Amino acid sequence: MCLGIPGRITAWIERDPLTAAAEVDFGGLRRVCQMACVPEAETGQYVLVHAGVALAVIDPDAAEQLLQTLRDLGDEAPVP
Amino acid sequence: MSDGPVCPLPLEAGDRITLAHGEGGRLMRRWIEERLLSLLSNDILRDLPDAAHLTCSSSRIALSTDSFVVSPLFFPGGDIGQLAVIGTVNDLAVSGAIPRWLSLALILEEGLPLAILERVLQSIAGAARQCDVQIVTGDTKVVPRGAADQLFINTTGVGELIHPVPPGPRHLQPGDQILVSGPIGRHGIAVLCARESFGFEPPPASDCGPLHAPLMTLLSAGVTPRCVRDATRGGLAAVLHEWAGQADVSFLLNESALPVTADVRVACELLGLDPCHLANEGTFVAAVPEDQVEATLALLRRFPQTANATGVGTVVPRRFSPVEVLRASGRAMPLDEPSGAPLPRIC
Amino acid sequence: MKYLDDFRDAAVLRRQLIELKSLASRRWIIMDVCGGQTHSLLRHGIEAELEDVLELIHGPGCPVCVTPVSAIDDAIALARLPGVIVATFGDMLRVPGSSDSLQTARAAGAEVRTIYSPLDAVELAAREPDRQIVLFAVGFETTAPSTALALLTADKRQIRNVHALVHHVRVEPAMRAIANDPRNRVQGFLAAGHVCTVLGSRDCEPFVRDFQMPVVVTGFEPVDLVAGLTACVRQLEQQQARVENCYERCVRPEGNLTARGWIDSVYEAADVEWRGFGVIPSGGLVLRESWTHRDARRLLPVDRPQPGQVATDCRAAEVLSGQLKPPDCPLFGTVCTPDRPAGAPMVSSEGACSAYFKYRPQAGAAHV
Repeated sequence: MCLGIPGRITAWIERDPLTAAAEVDFGGLRRVCQMACVPEAETGQYVLVHAGVALAVIDPDAAEQLLQTLRDLGDEAPVP
Repeated sequence: MSDGPVCPLPLEAGDRITLAHGEGGRLMRRWIEERLLSLLSNDILRDLPDAAHLTCSSSRIALSTDSFVVSPLFFPGGDIGQLAVIGTVNDLAVSGAIPRWLSLALILEEGLPLAILERVLQSIAGAARQCDVQIVTGDTKVVPRGAADQLFINTTGVGELIHPVPPGPRHLQPGDQILVSGPIGRHGIAVLCARESFGFEPPPASDCGPLHAPLMTLLSAGVTPRCVRDATRGGLAAVLHEWAGQADVSFLLNESALPVTADVRVACELLGLDPCHLANEGTFVAAVPEDQVEATLALLRRFPQTANATGVGTVVPRRFSPVEVLRASGRAMPLDEPSGAPLPRIC
Repeated sequence: MKYLDDFRDAAVLRRQLIELKSLASRRWIIMDVCGGQTHSLLRHGIEAELEDVLELIHGPGCPVCVTPVSAIDDAIALARLPGVIVATFGDMLRVPGSSDSLQTARAAGAEVRTIYSPLDAVELAAREPDRQIVLFAVGFETTAPSTALALLTADKRQIRNVHALVHHVRVEPAMRAIANDPRNRVQGFLAAGHVCTVLGSRDCEPFVRDFQMPVVVTGFEPVDLVAGLTACVRQLEQQQARVENCYERCVRPEGNLTARGWIDSVYEAADVEWRGFGVIPSGGLVLRESWTHRDARRLLPVDRPQPGQVATDCRAAEVLSGQLKPPDCPLFGTVCTPDRPAGAPMVSSEGACSAYFKYRPQAGAAHV
């Protein structure tokens, strides 16, 4: 399933394991999101948010690696 | 006096609209004289004639009507009062007319706090001043609790046709350019977020604003678009589908050219909505001959309301889909016609 | 928007498409499981662009589409009870039950509100102590942690007036049902990226072991989708069958153990009905015994009439299992449209029928 949107943690609000909450900045809007699935996430990190709940900390190295591999494609494949 | 229910309380003691206010008697007259006239005062309205007599400088006029039922009544960037004035002003303006006079009809739900009505009237007065129009006649009705959602407004506007007007979508030709006068989807997102409390900060604001000044400048400079519409319910997509239905052309939009503010973009991503399907109340769509695009944009960008006017696509010969968007894949894919209210989704 | 815009880059995407087209020696048949992937593949023109190179079959990963009629009817019945407010995701509003939808029921006076997050239903209950709030808890394992957290939070804060009408579904049993079907033609799968965020890529291994087909964990943005398709085709070309993770920025091999813990504390696997499919063994999640105090079905009168089987010509099962392309359904675009849907896949924005109607109304099998 589907709509999962990345956002950056700007501030932790509540650290209780169940009712954990943090403000997340999506780059134009902010929302307080439920953080009980990612208690280890740190301010400044990006998380994937679905239905108001953060489900994963986004790995910046993995993201960069994929993009770099795809950019390298350009060196071999002909561009229209 | 009628035999029906009579409100025993004088106006001064009540802070809400009651059915007695709708009986056309002393209560309403006093309220109109004491509050409404002082807010909307002008020479014509002051005498409260049955019909306003107006002197026109043109032999042809434009007439437009609209009803406003928005909920909530107040939202970031505007309220029902501003909307009621600006909505009709903009309808007149996009048809090529100089907006001059409005009628104002209010349908009030029994129990509506007078403080809210006062606030709405102040907005109406302010918007009328902003748009240089006069409210010259009106009507007030009160309906029982539940028969209206607090307050409904109808405005009918008259404008003068002085300049050459946009001839309409039948004159569209392949090669014409599609412009929008500003970023799209702001009003739809603002009202949706205000109504549903999604918890987005800062609350997105509507683009509610008058378009008559930039449009009149265009027309008086001899820069006449083929057709212009303000992109209200259903957004940019609704306008283009409507034009496609009246003309034998299709529209090809460029996804990367569509202007969207960051907050609308994020809200749409989070809620699974398409900005092209969302309402605007201060943004128009225009189709312009290719050789007029530069002049049109230069003129529009001088005004705050249309400072971010930009081209978004082209008129093309008719194809299977009336409206298509060029996507990142390099393919032009259909943009469907909006049906019903946009619903936030999770998947 | 970071981590979104980069994965919609037109230049990268076009190079990927060229590469993929040069890679495929034959027209492989790949299923994207998740409705969000279907929507994205169609909307962005990726399926159209790869038409000659790949046959894409769209799977049943649209939880809205597979929520059974009985669940919709239950939700409507609850909404009609005095004092009850049903809180639902917007996706569910227009799905037809046996005679109504939540939207038509609302128009007739039932109290139905849309929410963005299941936690909002708990806040609503706290604000309206005199009302009973029913959370319509649908969705895959992506959404299950959030509904579980809502119920756990309600218990912790002693908010008693919120219950859940649960119909969560599990992806893997549905994939097995499709792969086990003798009519199956799918040769490789794109696994649902956000489900895997929760369950982990390792969770796909039993399926690969049993069916010997590539399963590629894939995201939702155009670049992610083509990366997943490319990896799948590469495996097929090399006759490999393994789990591959093309969504590593969000998916770990073990998934999110904390999220899985929240799911496990509230739900357990059970046989549930998938609309258009029938009962899929272990195909869903139900409240554990210790959580039945939050089951909204307890609010329903015991003796209420059960609606009969709905007679419909909707061929959702064939569409959702990839046997029938929506434009080839005799009802498509004529009797059945988004305004007058004959079944769920035409209602949901993620449903295959709705996606075809909007983006590829002409693309039936006849056009292959």
